[in-house]
Amino acid sequence: MSAVPSLTGTTLRERERWALGGDGRLQSALRRTTDNLDGRRRRGLDELEDPETLRQTARSLRTAAVARLPELLGRLADRVQAAGGTVFFAADAEEARAHVLGICARRGAKLAVKSKSMVSEEIELGARLAEAGIEALETDLGEWAQQLDGEPPAHILGPAMHKTPADWVRVLGTVGYDGDESAPAMTAFARRTLRDKFHAADVGITGVNLAVAESGTLVIVSNEGNARMSSTVPPVQIALMGMERVVADWAEADLLLALLGRAGAGVSFPTYVSAITGPRRPRERDGPQELHLVVLDNGRSRILAGASREALNCIRCGACLNACPVYRQIGGHAYGSVYSGPIGAVISPLLLDDVPEAAELSHASSLCGACWAACPVGIPLHELLLEGRRREAAGGGDRAERAAWRAWAQAWSHPRLYGLTGAPARARIPERLLPPPLREWARGRTVPHRAGATFRARWRRGEVLE
Amino acid sequence: MRVGLFVTCLVDLLCPEVGVATARLLQRAGHQVEFPEGQTCCGQPAFNSGYRAEAAGVLHQTLRALAATDAEAYVAPAGSCTTMIRTFAAELVGDDDPDLRVVAPRLFELSEFLASHGSALAGRLEPPRRVAYHDSCHMLRELGLAREPREALGRVAGVELADWDSERCCGFGGTFSMRQPELSVAMADEKLRTLASADTLCGADPSCLMHMRGRLERIGREEVAVRHLAELLEEATRP
Ligand code: SF4
Repeated sequence: MSAVPSLTGTTLRERERWALGGDGRLQSALRRTTDNLDGRRRRGLDELEDPETLRQTARSLRTAAVARLPELLGRLADRVQAAGGTVFFAADAEEARAHVLGICARRGAKLAVKSKSMVSEEIELGARLAEAGIEALETDLGEWAQQLDGEPPAHILGPAMHKTPADWVRVLGTVGYDGDESAPAMTAFARRTLRDKFHAADVGITGVNLAVAESGTLVIVSNEGNARMSSTVPPVQIALMGMERVVADWAEADLLLALLGRAGAGVSFPTYVSAITGPRRPRERDGPQELHLVVLDNGRSRILAGASREALNCIRCGACLNACPVYRQIGGHAYGSVYSGPIGAVISPLLLDDVPEAAELSHASSLCGACWAACPVGIPLHELLLEGRRREAAGGGDRAERAAWRAWAQAWSHPRLYGLTGAPARARIPERLLPPPLREWARGRTVPHRAGATFRARWRRGEVLE
Repeated sequence: MRVGLFVTCLVDLLCPEVGVATARLLQRAGHQVEFPEGQTCCGQPAFNSGYRAEAAGVLHQTLRALAATDAEAYVAPAGSCTTMIRTFAAELVGDDDPDLRVVAPRLFELSEFLASHGSALAGRLEPPRRVAYHDSCHMLRELGLAREPREALGRVAGVELADWDSERCCGFGGTFSMRQPELSVAMADEKLRTLASADTLCGADPSCLMHMRGRLERIGREEVAVRHLAELLEEATRP
């Protein structure tokens, strides 16, 4: 397949065609991995005594936390600082990047190890560090593979989930791997290669899964242990979080971690959970000398203020991607945004409000609601997608489209006009003469036509009842 | 019971035979069937495209027409249009809209209605069929109707339900199917490739059926009969 298309300058349909136009390997990889993860989610949640009640509890806890976001963030910042860390509130990507770069410069950093952080992707931190001459090495295996391949992550949890074993051998081959397709061999190779880097790194950059306001603790989850290495081995830790990651207390964190593990990977609890409160204290032996927390807004206040606020309840488990029939066909890259799948289609247009091409992402859905059914915190993603479409249409939308809907509404508000517009549906029209929307339909499907009179005509003639 | 038929625009204009089957079925179940003629469409196409004012205008017309008959129950052979009125309409016309208050609580999807007001309807299909039942998205996830249509089919001798990927979206999605035809068709193929063992594809939403029928015909699989639930039940219960 050709290079990953960028959001700017392309339409959603063009990117979908790009994803669908390959040899089918993308789809078979997606089928395999999403089926696996979605199956794990079902089993993981089914094990719970009353998953639906937990889901509703989680939903109300998240909604309550998001409603008190400023207060909780204030408390979190106080506690983190009291524990010896610094906190920086970044209004946008540029502020966040500049702050991180400032810390690196002060420490004379040459090498940074990164564990998975979608926020770092969102603010395109890697490119900026590279420009400044700082090597930023991804240490999550999937993320590392994507980095080596020069591709952005394709899934918020499994960044390289679309890669086949053969792809992995090819990618790791570029850094000296000469083994076969066995996962243990590749993992062992990665461990050996990455371990030295952890020790040599000047800075560790991590994401944050949950930030507990009551204690000022950053909770970081990983399945490979690389987040723990990134947060404890280098002398400086920089943790990046979206401002909605904050939770009120440990009771909330406990429930969300259980749901995150089960919904994301089907495990009763995530494999590695680090809870970090401040940097290393005087008599402690482990941990960084400095801990810097960056809390990113970058459009989240806009979401908070609007009708899609519940999108901030997301715990980034990836379950909605795995359940989505659209994601299953086109994968993450066709969305053109670091956040893909249903949740990406909801938040990307809001986060990227200066990118006109992002607005139509709410159409990357058939509105089937499988995302909502899968979401462990019960976000009505399909309704938020509808809200996105409403916003897009209200924001001007496409003029011709608006005119067409107006005309339609005029006609179909009157039974007689409705009858007139519907009459031709009986005709078999040659495909080349079809009006544009039907011509699109005819790509791949025969065009339906009515056999005989409309229902209402038959009713009037008394042909319906026995 | 006096039942008002909400036949839906798609059935009226494209597959009236589904409406006829629905009406006769209700009649055979002992109901007095009426057709409020002023009805057009539930507004869903515009609503799903983001054009709410336009959707509301059309929805109003249909609600007004339905409410005017003041039937004891309303029945639609379409899970999606039923959902539009029961779940989403309040967002468009307000939950205090007098017509909505008449219609929404009395509106049922066909198999849902038959479960409580037509369960004596039994019948036989000859020759027997292996039927793949398609769970349409709104009907399954918003209305929670998965058991009812299967039970209705289960009351028919000669129907064997086939195992397939019944719950995955078929890719219709309203205007989605024309806005993004390549993706819509790929989704249909994804679903249809699990259809192998069935000779009949059956569902309770005419729109999904139209989409999947169109695809099956285009790829030369006309041997699979695509039938609305109402049609199969009507055929099975002919006097
Ligand atoms: S929206 Fe829900 S399912 Fe999707 S990633 Fe967020 S929490 Fe998980």
